[in-house]
This record gives sequence, C-alpha cells and structure tokens, in this order.
Amino acid sequence: MTSIIEVKDLTKKFGSFEAVKGVSFEVEEGGIFAFLGPNGAGKSTTIKMLTTLLHPSAGSLRVNGFDPRTDADAVRRSFGIVFQDPSLDDDLTAFENLEFHGILYGVPKETRTKRIDELLALVELSDRRDSFVRDFSGGMKRRLEIARGLLHHPKIIFLDEPTLGLDPQTRNHLWSYVEKLNAEEGITIFFTTHYMEEADKVAKKIAVIDHGTIIATGSGAELKAQTNTDSLENAFLALTGSEIREEASGGLDHMREARRMWSGNRK
Amino acid sequence: MGGIYVMWKREVLRFLRSPSRIAGSLGQPLLFLVALGYGLGPVFRAAGQGNYLDFLAPGIIGMAIIFTSIFNGMQIIWDRQFGFLKETMVAPVSRLAIMFGRTLGGATVAAAQGALVLIMAVLIGFRPVSWAGIAPALVVMLLVALLFSAVGITVASKLRDMQGFHLIMNLLVMPLFFLSGALFPLSSAPQALLLIARFDPLSYGVDALRYFLTGSAAFGLGLDLLILCAVSAFFLWLGALFFSQIEV
Repeated sequence: MTSIIEVKDLTKKFGSFEAVKGVSFEVEEGGIFAFLGPNGAGKSTTIKMLTTLLHPSAGSLRVNGFDPRTDADAVRRSFGIVFQDPSLDDDLTAFENLEFHGILYGVPKETRTKRIDELLALVELSDRRDSFVRDFSGGMKRRLEIARGLLHHPKIIFLDEPTLGLDPQTRNHLWSYVEKLNAEEGITIFFTTHYMEEADKVAKKIAVIDHGTIIATGSGAELKAQTNTDSLENAFLALTGSEIREEASGGLDHMREARRMWSGNRK
Repeated sequence: MGGIYVMWKREVLRFLRSPSRIAGSLGQPLLFLVALGYGLGPVFRAAGQGNYLDFLAPGIIGMAIIFTSIFNGMQIIWDRQFGFLKETMVAPVSRLAIMFGRTLGGATVAAAQGALVLIMAVLIGFRPVSWAGIAPALVVMLLVALLFSAVGITVASKLRDMQGFHLIMNLLVMPLFFLSGALFPLSSAPQALLLIARFDPLSYGVDALRYFLTGSAAFGLGLDLLILCAVSAFFLWLGALFFSQIEV
C-alpha cells in the first residue's frame, strides 16, 4: 500500500508556544484514518497544515504527493473538507452552495450540474435542492457539507469532528455514507472525533496525539491490547490521562455569541 | 476568474435577498435627509447658501455608501470563522481573486444602496441640476464604494473579533463621515476643519457627487477623481496584502 499523506517531524509554533511538536505519521491510500486527541492536543492545527490553511514551522509533509507549502493549489484539488464549524453560506440555497464550490474548483458546468444532482441524491437532500441552508437542521448541513466536499472528486476527505452535536440516527447515517464512499470510490478518509466508539468502529488506523506529540498509533484492537483495556474510550483515557483540558478560548467564543445575537436580531 | 465571479455574485445575491436589510439601511439616510434637510433648510437659506436639501443629498448618498461598504468589508470577520470564506480559503483559487471579488461585490451593493438613497432624495424634493449628471454620478458612487469596501477588508483582515468592529465604526467611519463636508459647505468652513477634510477621502467622493448632481464642487472634479482613484488603488493593494496574510 502506498501512503497518500506523509508527515515527518511536523512542527508548528505560535510565538513561543509549540502547538505541534515534531509529529510523524502516514495515511494509506484508500484507508480510513482517525486522528484522536483531547481538546488543544494539536489536531486542528495539524489538519490546518495539511489543508494549506497554516504554514508549518518545520518538518515535511506531502498530501497526494504534493507539498502544501509549494504546491498549495495541487494539494487543494486533492482533498475535500468538512470543517469543525459549519462553513456553508446560510443565505444561499443548497444548490447554490454546491454550485459556487464547483465554480471555485473549476468543474465544468455540465459535469457540475450532473454531479450536484447525484450528490444531493446521495446525501438525501434532492428535495431540498432550492431551499435556503439557514432552514436546514444541523444534520442536513453536515450532509450538504459532505456533498460539497466531494463535488470536485477529491482523493482524500478530511472530516473534522463531523458528528459533533448530531443525534445518533444522523451520526449513524453519516458514517454509512462515509464508509460507502471509501469502499466504492476508494476515497481516503481522515477524520477526528471525540466519540471513541465511532473511531473504533469506522477507522482502520488510529493515531492519538496529545500535547502536540503522537503518543500511539495502530488499529483500535492494537491500542486496546497495548493499554490492556476493553474499549477504545478506556484505551484513550489510559493514554492521555483523565485530567480535563482547558482549551484556549478567545475571539472565537465571543464571536459565536455575537453571531447568535446578530442572527437573532435579523429575524 | 471563477473566484472573482463567485464572490461577487454571492454579495449581490445576499443583498437582493434581504429586503429587510435594504429597507433598514435606508432608514438612517432618510432620517438625515428629513431632519437636517428640512430642519436646517431655512437657516441655510437665510445664510445665503441656497437649498440645503440639494446640498445635503450628495452627502447623505456618500454616507449610505461608506456605511454599507465598510460594513460589508468587515463581514469577513464573521466569515473568517463561520462562513463561506473558510471554504474559499482551501479552494484552488488565489487569495487575490477572492479579495477582489469580494470587494467588487461589496462595492456593487453599496453603490446600489447609494442609488436607492438618490431615488429617495428625489422623492422628498431633491432636484439634480441635470438628469444627464446621474450616469456619471453613479460611476462616482461605484468608485467611492470600491474605495471603502477595500478599506473595510483591509481593516477586517487585521481584526479577530467584533469588539474591534464597533471601535472601527466609532473611531473611523463616524469621523470620516462627519468631517467630510457631507453636511456642511467646505468653502465656508474654518481653516482647521477644511484641513482635516482634505485628508478625508470621503470629502472628495462627496465633492465629485456634488459636481454631477448640483453642479458645484469645492475641490474640482479632476482632483476629486485623482484622489479617489489613487486612494482606492492603495487600499486595494493593502487589502490584498493583509487578506493574503490571514491564517484561519
């Protein structure tokens, strides 16, 4: 098996704070890879470096054979992403959100229209094609974001806590789509989650990161064997300790509040 | 090109789809036109300065444009974390195209808002000196809108939260508006005030609008256009630079 993502000694410093301290890992092409860790462990920072949103301070990384630092656009064409926070435009319809994505990725009009219809059917939103995204539930938005991430036929899809805040039914549905995509289209899946049973069930390979360092890698069974525990949750706690982490809160939380206020006022 | 088009179209669609926002942002200009235009009209006339509503209307158009365009530009503070912008940041499109499309879109919307204020002003009694001046006045509106959309994006690229937004509204937009000669004639203003107004790009925008809509300009059309173009170019450049440095 070849690796579609190769990360070696990857480091990111914010001033004097080292968020990611020389991590190395590989993701197999066509694999399902879970990237786990407590809040503030360096997961999102690593994903941002892989997806060209942040520049690494040191180390090497390759995504689909390209270096995000020098070949950003080639890397960008290689992956689709579902962000932790919703990144749809609420004031546009489902179709328009996908249409705009297709234009940005240079998908020709005919292919674009055909794929949008296919993808909306895949995520069961065909009947909501022309509805505004602001009227969608959390689960529908997630499904639409997945459809959007697939529109340009990426080789890899990044899912950053895709099931956060979703009910068990929707989560179950979502993972079936993802597994189906992986099996039928061979798309490599790279995801993070705080639900350990999801990771155990879906991921073929897991890496656990804490305090900016990878502390364990292997399959769910291997991690359980290594820590002598009976569930991935316990394995995770054995590896990372049970102390509660404080994630640096800042502007984002204030803005979440402000945004709620503003969108409330608008109605 | 795809990136520019998408970002432009998004701004325009959002504008067309929020009639409440359009109506809401016409309220303030209407208030200024009615309260000041009618209220100070007799005083202005008694001072031998002519019809105040005619004088005021281009200034209030300028006000609507600066408020709308800076506000639009600053929306990227929200979009940075929540909206469509993050999605565009990982798209294989240059940051320059995204910034430029956004600025154009914001400017189109702000200029449209300015045009609506012009219509409103005509409805309550404003009479342009000639109807032929309307078309070039619209071009000036677009130029002013482009300038302040770029200013909005430049500032917003450096801000992380909304606290900064209110600061900018109070410390940048309000002074730019009040010191621009939108409300009072610069020709008879005290020297100190005139000096300040000369450093305010909105002064030149309002002056150019007056040239086409009322037939008189304090600085002269040539200087107005030169300054507007130069300052727009500067902020487009600076905004593109700052925008390209955003790390989400």
